[in-house]
Amino acid sequence: MSASDLRALVMPKWGLTMTEAVVVKWLVDEGADVELGAELVDVETEKILSAVESPASGALRWRAAEGSTIPVGGLLGVIADADVPDDAIVGFAATFEAEFTPETEAVAGDEPSPQQVEVNGRSLRYLKLGEGGEPVVLVHGFGGDLNNWLFNHEALSAQRAVYALDLPGHGESSTNVGDGTVATLAQAVADFMDALELPAAHLVGHSLGGAIAAELAGTAPDQVRSLSLIASVGLGGELLAGFLDGFVTARRRRQIKPVLEALFADPALVTRRLVNDVLQYKRLDGVEDALGAIARNLVSDGQQTVSIRECLATYPGPTLVIWGAADQIVPASHAGGLPERTHVEVIEAVGHMPMMEASMRVNQVLGAHVQELPIP
Amino acid sequence: MARTITMLQAINEALDQEMARDSSVIVMGEDVVGGSGAEGEMDAWGGPLGVTKGLYGKYGDRMLDTPITESAFIGAAVGAAASGLRPVAELMFSDFVGVCFDQIYNQAAKFRYMFGGRAETPVVVRTMYGAGLRAAAQHSQSPYSIFTHVPGLKCVMPVTPYDAKGLLIQAIRDNDPVIFFEHKGLYETEGEVPEQSYSIPFGEANVVREGDDVSIISLGLMVHRSLAAAETLAGEGIQCEVVDLRTTSPLDEETVLESAENTGRMVVVDEAPPRCSVATDISALVAQHAFDALEAPITLVTAPHTPVPFAGVLEDQYMPDAARIAAAVRRVAGYAQ
Repeated sequence: MSASDLRALVMPKWGLTMTEAVVVKWLVDEGADVELGAELVDVETEKILSAVESPASGALRWRAAEGSTIPVGGLLGVIADADVPDDAIVGFAATFEAEFTPETEAVAGDEPSPQQVEVNGRSLRYLKLGEGGEPVVLVHGFGGDLNNWLFNHEALSAQRAVYALDLPGHGESSTNVGDGTVATLAQAVADFMDALELPAAHLVGHSLGGAIAAELAGTAPDQVRSLSLIASVGLGGELLAGFLDGFVTARRRRQIKPVLEALFADPALVTRRLVNDVLQYKRLDGVEDALGAIARNLVSDGQQTVSIRECLATYPGPTLVIWGAADQIVPASHAGGLPERTHVEVIEAVGHMPMMEASMRVNQVLGAHVQELPIP
Repeated sequence: MARTITMLQAINEALDQEMARDSSVIVMGEDVVGGSGAEGEMDAWGGPLGVTKGLYGKYGDRMLDTPITESAFIGAAVGAAASGLRPVAELMFSDFVGVCFDQIYNQAAKFRYMFGGRAETPVVVRTMYGAGLRAAAQHSQSPYSIFTHVPGLKCVMPVTPYDAKGLLIQAIRDNDPVIFFEHKGLYETEGEVPEQSYSIPFGEANVVREGDDVSIISLGLMVHRSLAAAETLAGEGIQCEVVDLRTTSPLDEETVLESAENTGRMVVVDEAPPRCSVATDISALVAQHAFDALEAPITLVTAPHTPVPFAGVLEDQYMPDAARIAAAVRRVAGYAQ
């Protein structure tokens, strides 16, 4: 980084409704050296607490005060070399503040919003961001919804259309999951792609969504341009005992909170808002039955009953597997023994939700994979 | 899909969806049909405030207009519940409970216990409460503590449209008698409500604002005023944790005690008069089980021990408002032993 190279650390935008967030805690001291991608500061929106990662390597020369509320795009910090004079840092921050205009409500209203599409008697909700290119379809995991891709969706959509959908029985899609098998859910995703006239797409699946994406790659390889599996089920036997049952049967905050905490390496990420959002979804009529049907097809006697290894062996396209080394739900050891051409990325100190806990790295790896570039 | 509707619409939707789902659900009360027997639109009225509007056209004789005899129709609802229906009876004003209290207090509340657990009484009594509408002493009270005192009754007081729909659906599906309190001043409150049916379990308080300095425990309309006070106080550097009890029976003791342990300072806000009230009950709970955590006396913000005045200027003084709540919080926050 040259002396003239000052980089602004700005408040990211996580999801359509985010307009601002509070600086909760700095994780590095002012003046400290930071690496590209290092977690610098915890910020909390009304929905989620998460760390903002460094956009560059250098020294953290200026920091916004803890407790302050910063709009999306506003200045959180300044990264520069240690030999840049203090005056230049102060001047950079002042100029940034002077030229910065926060996004207005009106602009926020013009942004894309989730849509519903009728597919074989089911209504499926999806959100499309970006245009053109070979499309990407993001498939969330058990009990999740399209908001699981909050930190990834926009980043991936810079050069292509990226669709995130709610699976049947999830989010704001119909609760009808049929027999609840992976094959049925994979067919729903295939039908979704047909309905939106996507002859082929890069599939990114998390956990249960990984097995669904792999199933589709096995049965309809022509429709799958590439496969990215994040902490996927279907690659081994173990799955955290009681997790699925706990998630299905919990009706109260005290019951669901420990279940959700097992998803993350850092349990502090499970905010009251996140717990409330999950409870609101789980209270809907039909959701418990839908999740129960899916769970029964995934696990028997505490062991996974679904295997996608056959699908991966026959699928000819590029395959990426991402795992959090600290995953308590499905162990990262399941990433072993895959076909040689598979790129495996294991991220340290991250749990079952790497796309949330290490979003910058996951976006980097996914971005390169869908463009068929070498992964940095 | 969630969309923004009023609490009145949320209650109507809960009744509508449960009547559609379960043919044993019936609605009875004074003027719940309204225009029945008249020419033209039969259900033009739908109760004094239109809460049940539109249901007669869909459900016909499952909507029962009753004479102005609470003792008869509340008794009929309790009997219908004991023999297999799921009646939702509308006691127009909770102040009128005097004439039908035996049916609730000594009959509905006792059946499960006295028949050895073999009788169920799935009746819901929807009833309006609360001051602020210039309706004078006989139409403005908040008598939920009287019902909360009775073992065998469940007492619910929703604060948001979302909670109103989910708690009313839970009330209708519940196999015990539920008294469902609707504050007159909240019917026009708007909020996001899913179109689908959902139910919220009883006995789980809602922490509607998080903070570490002072706990404000509240219920009904007072939750909104507590939140307004908390907003003002945040500007002064006092962070309040605001807890909406949601149901007073069953009571979520754990959330109240957790909040007391967290802040060590507590204000309880209740629209009802202060003797033998929800406020005194919460205060006793915390004094007994979280005494060591307390750093200041528990402070109650309630109505005075008088009937609700008719004169507007007096009624406004009678009800706790955000300024009085904020003043109490400042005293508690600044208290040093």
